[in-house]
Amino acid sequence: MTTGKHMSLYLSVFVVLALLGITAPAALAFGFGGAVAARSRIAPVSWLGKAYIAIVRGVPDIAFFLFFVIALDQFFEWIRHQVKCPGWEEAIRRGNDFIVCPPAKLPLSTSPQWVHETYGFFLAVLTFAIVFGAFSANVLFGAMRAVPRAQLETAEAYGMSRRQTFWRILVPQMWVYALPGLSNLWMVLIKATPLLFLLGVEDIVYWARELGGTANPRFTSYPHGDWRMWYFLALLVFYLGFTRISEIFLEKLMVKLSHGQATSGGEAQRRAGA
Amino acid sequence: MSCWQTIQDYALRSVGIGERLLPREGYTLCEHFTLIGSGLIWNVYFGTLALLAGFFLATAVAVGKSSRNRLIRKSSEWFIFIFRGSPLFIQFFFAYFLFLSLKGVHPWFDPFTSAWLGALIVLFLNTAAYSGEIFYGALRAIPKGDIEAADAYGFTGLARFRRIVWPTMLRLAWPAYTNEAIFLFHATTLVFFSAFPAWGQRGDALYYAKFFADKTFNPFVPYPILAGYFILLTLVIIGLFGLVNRRLNRHLPQEARRGLKLRVNLIR
Repeated sequence: MTTGKHMSLYLSVFVVLALLGITAPAALAFGFGGAVAARSRIAPVSWLGKAYIAIVRGVPDIAFFLFFVIALDQFFEWIRHQVKCPGWEEAIRRGNDFIVCPPAKLPLSTSPQWVHETYGFFLAVLTFAIVFGAFSANVLFGAMRAVPRAQLETAEAYGMSRRQTFWRILVPQMWVYALPGLSNLWMVLIKATPLLFLLGVEDIVYWARELGGTANPRFTSYPHGDWRMWYFLALLVFYLGFTRISEIFLEKLMVKLSHGQATSGGEAQRRAGA
Repeated sequence: MSCWQTIQDYALRSVGIGERLLPREGYTLCEHFTLIGSGLIWNVYFGTLALLAGFFLATAVAVGKSSRNRLIRKSSEWFIFIFRGSPLFIQFFFAYFLFLSLKGVHPWFDPFTSAWLGALIVLFLNTAAYSGEIFYGALRAIPKGDIEAADAYGFTGLARFRRIVWPTMLRLAWPAYTNEAIFLFHATTLVFFSAFPAWGQRGDALYYAKFFADKTFNPFVPYPILAGYFILLTLVIIGLFGLVNRRLNRHLPQEARRGLKLRVNLIR
C-alpha cells in the first residue's frame, strides 16, 4: 500500500482536486462571459453567446472533451507556426499528418517529461472550462433574468447607467438565483473528473486500473489477483463521500445566501426569526 | 468505391454485418457518415432499452422513497444516492470488473462482461435512480385537492394510484424526464470508453468518430458529424416526448395546456 506506484495513486487524488480547483473558477468566468454575451444588445454577439449555450445541450459532453483536446493542441501549434516560421513552404496538413515546423511544436520535443505532463493537464483544464463554461453560462443567463424587474427599474429611477445597474444591482442579486443551478453543476463537475483518464492524464482511474490489474496472469509484479474491482469500489466510495460532503456544504451556503433576499427562502428565514 | 457501395459495406458494421475490415486509407466523407451513423445503432439500442426498463423501476423507486415502511424507504434512498452520487464512468468500470470476477465463479455470467448486456444493466440502474428522484419530486408536488377528490370518490389502494396519482405524477415530471432521456442518450457514448471492450471493432458512434480522428489526426471532420447525428437524435427524442406530453395533458383547457417548454436545462 506504500509502494511508489501507490504513492502515484494518492498523488493523483490531488490531480483531481487541482483540476476541480482550477476548472471551477475558470468555467465560472467562461460562463459569465457567455451569459453577458447572450444578453448583449448587439445581435451577432448575442447569437454567439446563445449558440455557445445551446450547442452543448445537443451533443454528448464526452465528444466535446475528445474533440477539444486535439483541436486546441492543433490550434496552438498552428498559431505558433504562423508566428515562428513565416517562411515555411510546406503544407501543415499532409494527408493524415499534422506537421508544424520544429520550433513551433508544443511542447518542444527537447523539453523534459514534466513539461509534457503539465501541458496535457493544461489542455484538459481548458477543455473542461470550455464545456462547463457553457453549462454555467446557461445557469447565469437564467439567473440574470430571474432578478425581479422592479429592482432594475428602481436602479434606473435612481439614475444609474446601464453599466452601473449591471454591476451594482444585477450581479450581486443574481447569485441566490444561480446557486441551485451552480451547485448542481458542481456535482456534475465532480462526477465528470474521471473523464480526465480519457484525455490522457494519469489520474485515479488510470492508477486504479494499473495497480488492481495483473500485468500478466502468471507472472506479475503485484502479489495478488485481479483486484481492480476493489480499487474501483474504493473510487466509488470516494466519489460518494465527496458529493455528499459538497451537498451538505452547499445547503449551508444556500441558507446563508438566502438571508435577507426577496425570495421564499429568505422570507421563511425572516418568519422563523421573527 | 462509390458511396452506395460504402453504405452497403459499412451501414451495419457496428453489429457485425458487412465488410470485416474497417477502411484503411482515403477516409472519404461518405465513410465517415456511414460508419458513425452505423455506430449510432448502439446508442439507440442502449438508450431505448435502458429508458423503457428504467421507467418501471423508477416508478417503483419513487413510490418506495415515499413509502411509510422504513426498510423500503431507506433502501430506495440508498439506491438513488449510490447511483446519483457517483460518476457513471466509475460505475461502468466497477460493474465490468465485478462481472469479470463473477465470470470466474460461474460461466453463466459470461454475457454480462460484454457491453450489450453488462453496460445495459448499468445504464438501466443509473437512469432508474435519476428518474426515480424526478418522479419522487413529482409525487410530492401532486396537489392535495386531487388526492382528496380521489378519496371522496372512494378510490383506494392500487386503483387510486393507477387512475389518479400516477398520471398526475407523470404529467408533473414529464419536462424533467425529457431532459433525463436526452442525457441518458448522451451517456450511452461512455460505454465503449470505459472498461467494456468493443469486440471486433464493433462500437458506438463516438467509438468510430474517435477511430477516424485518431487515424486522420483531424478532429474537425468526424466530431462535427457525430454532433450532427446527436442533435438529430435529441430532436427526435424531444418530438416523441412532446407527443406523450400532449396526451398526458389532453384533459386540460386549451390555454392551460402548455407545450413541452424547451427549457434549455443542461443539467441532469
